[in-house]
Amino acid sequence: MKTLLVSIVALTMPLAACSVVGEKSDEADQDGDGGGTVVLVTHESFQLPKKVVQQFEDESGYDLQTRAAGDAGTLATKLVLTKDHPTGDAAFGIDNTFASRAVDEGVFAAHGVTLPTGAEQYALEGESADLLAPIDNGNVCVNLDTTWFADHDLEPPTSFEDLTDPAYEGLFVTPSALSSSPGLAFMLATIAEYGDAWPEYWERLMANDTLVVDGWEDAYFGDFTQGSEQGNRPIVVSYDSSPAFTIADDGSSTTSALLDTCFRQVEYAGVLEGADNPEGARALIEFLLSAPVQRELPESMFVFPVVDGVGLPPVWEKHAEQPESPYRLDPAEIAENREAWLEEWRDIVTR
Amino acid sequence: MIHRLSGLAALSLVPVAALGVFFVLPVVGMIAQGFWPEGQFDPGGVVEVLARPRVHRVLWFTVWSAAAGTAISVLLGLPAAHVLYRLELPGRRIVRAALLVPFVLPTVVVGVAFRQLLGESGPLGFLGLDQSAVAIVAGLAFFNVAVVIRVVGASWESLDPRPAQAAATLGATPWQVFRSVTLPALGPAIVSAASVVFLFCATAFGIVLTLGGVRYATVETEIYLLTTTVFDLQGAAALSVLQLAVVVVLLALTQRLRAVPDPTVERPQPTAHRPTRADLPAALVTVLLLGFVAAPILTLVAGSLRADGAWSLANYQALGTSGEQQALLAPVTDALVTSLRTAVDATWISLSMGLLVALIVTRRSLTPAERRLRGGLDGFFMLPLGVSAVTLGFGFLITLDQPPLDLRDSPLLVPIAQALVALPLVVRTIVPVLAGVDDRQRQAAASLGATPLRAVLTVDLPVVWKPLVAAGGFAFAVSLGEFGATSFLARDEHPTLPVVIYRLLGHPGELNYGMALAGSVILAATTALVVLAVDRLRVPSVGAF
Repeated sequence: MKTLLVSIVALTMPLAACSVVGEKSDEADQDGDGGGTVVLVTHESFQLPKKVVQQFEDESGYDLQTRAAGDAGTLATKLVLTKDHPTGDAAFGIDNTFASRAVDEGVFAAHGVTLPTGAEQYALEGESADLLAPIDNGNVCVNLDTTWFADHDLEPPTSFEDLTDPAYEGLFVTPSALSSSPGLAFMLATIAEYGDAWPEYWERLMANDTLVVDGWEDAYFGDFTQGSEQGNRPIVVSYDSSPAFTIADDGSSTTSALLDTCFRQVEYAGVLEGADNPEGARALIEFLLSAPVQRELPESMFVFPVVDGVGLPPVWEKHAEQPESPYRLDPAEIAENREAWLEEWRDIVTR
Repeated sequence: MIHRLSGLAALSLVPVAALGVFFVLPVVGMIAQGFWPEGQFDPGGVVEVLARPRVHRVLWFTVWSAAAGTAISVLLGLPAAHVLYRLELPGRRIVRAALLVPFVLPTVVVGVAFRQLLGESGPLGFLGLDQSAVAIVAGLAFFNVAVVIRVVGASWESLDPRPAQAAATLGATPWQVFRSVTLPALGPAIVSAASVVFLFCATAFGIVLTLGGVRYATVETEIYLLTTTVFDLQGAAALSVLQLAVVVVLLALTQRLRAVPDPTVERPQPTAHRPTRADLPAALVTVLLLGFVAAPILTLVAGSLRADGAWSLANYQALGTSGEQQALLAPVTDALVTSLRTAVDATWISLSMGLLVALIVTRRSLTPAERRLRGGLDGFFMLPLGVSAVTLGFGFLITLDQPPLDLRDSPLLVPIAQALVALPLVVRTIVPVLAGVDDRQRQAAASLGATPLRAVLTVDLPVVWKPLVAAGGFAFAVSLGEFGATSFLARDEHPTLPVVIYRLLGHPGELNYGMALAGSVILAATTALVVLAVDRLRVPSVGAF
């Protein structure tokens, strides 16, 4: 009997030491400035180097707490569902495909931040511009494995129309518009290009043996020839920055983005309506637009800055080319038609 | 009588309250969003959704794919449970621990591994199974066969071998012995395992999307789509209600089947026997199963060892860094520590609640009403397995947001959510064994002057120890691999390992992919080691007769 109790105690003691209950929060009460805490609600792709966050905390006197979870769609849903009792002061990571849902539901209060030079071209139109400040941008573009095309002596495709050319039959893989944000962006790009005729374009695309897989990870790492050794499709939907990640030993990139197939994604930040600390939220948005953060965006979050003159990392400068005039759709139009478009898209690709 | 029932109520207070706050409240809150769209009660929208032909197709696919996945898991798992828990084989403990590995692997990583086998250019590509229903069912079996082996194995291990020996002595063939003696005795454990597996299969999310592509949808994937992509909360609520209804029907059906056979068995310490000729078929199935489970894992391990087109450990060395172009803020090793800490919490929470629940539902009932009450409680604690992680995750956010229940940012929320997922597994592993304890032993202990606690410690604990340990390993593994509910809950700067693996997979770069694979292998190896260590724990001979 005694041995049993002893062994139970002996077992639980070390376990208790490694539980999360005893773990101290990093941010709690370290700051004596009395600026209080500012809570940022965001998606799980958000991250900034510790030293940059430290700089914000030192300069503003606020402690920054980050609550990151889920993807952009999850974030939008979460903000709308919790609008009466927001889970933080500011939000970052609402993109142009989800912006109008959150704005229409009254999630955001006016942020009152003056945009730095360059950022205003990414701002939303109308009243939404006062509610959401653009922080970063990137484009979803068709990517090519240039080495594959060189090896096979095949002229690479250059346009949406080429993807339906029998010469490229069975070479293209895209993530699903239903479950993947780049997949959705690619579908929206085709809608922006073809207008009401987009379903007919997708029928031709599917007739050319296009493979639709669940997520970007599946497409890029499972099927794309530059993503894995087993991949066998040299054309994939990815980002304009992706070529900066496929640098061969000789310093050249083995992939390229088709700049005529790009859809622009902009991510916004805003002050949450009903926030405990709206001043802190405002300071945070100003900070996200400041040079130290904008400069970190490519390496920390794989996106381009919106502010002019902050410069890019050398490998991005060389290999991540942005399109001059990417496809765009009005966020309100996206919000209005998303469900119908997705339903039609699903019908076509599962036929 | 009143006294007994009030005792029952008092004992069940803690687990029922916990499930009420962390499960019923959030799920009801989220479903209410669909029934009260603009603050007005409007069930019409929900009813309309249920009439959609697409919903019927989705429901049908969910039910049949889950049933097929369950059937295959049981058919492959039973022989393996026999081989791994009843035969004296070298290395069986290691194999048992290794079989839990699929359980913790991130589904995206397994999905890619599966697709590398089944895809157009994979070694099994000629079968044409990529993005097929067959691939989904195989994936479901891959993830869940460990549940059958472990739950049934734990019961089989503590099964009295003498009736089977007697039957054999009387001339029964091994097959007759199995059919007429062993199988009926294992019945409750098999039904337990099968019902858990069915719920896991019916709520599978990542594996359906990854292996099925856009062509297949289950109730679970549809709820995710409706909630986050198109924000159709009425549709999501309708499907959540549908999901609950299916689960309740299933639980009601299995409740009868789970009824325990005559518990008057004495339990000598069972010993594993040397393999004989009769064990050959089971051994063959086990080898087959191991091959099936090992193939995607080996693909994964091989992938983690490839860098720059050659074999190397570069991906593993990179785990201590922040990845290509700083894909991570903290090295993967930090995330592993966070995962382990969270898993420790989830394990003790689910084990203590699970033990309590198991004790409550297995005590002998004196009246039919009491029996129904205990049966109802038993089913109630299975519910978290059958409900969408999306519904539960968002439910947390909208219901636990005000004092006194302002818990949505508590560091304990993640382990609690994981413990809820593990709880049914714990209960289902312990209950079949505990129910087999002859109540007269407890009565004897009581009449000899033992306090109720003492009676539990001397009568129940020795019997329940093995399954309890097995359940602990399970809960630990569930927590280590859990991604669904975890990904919806707010986190600070300490992500768990599965979350970090998803993050690595979210960006191009050969090293990031390699690190994701290496991280998965580390996660798998850690799980196997912890389970192996836990399995070795043995209670010092308490109350051995």
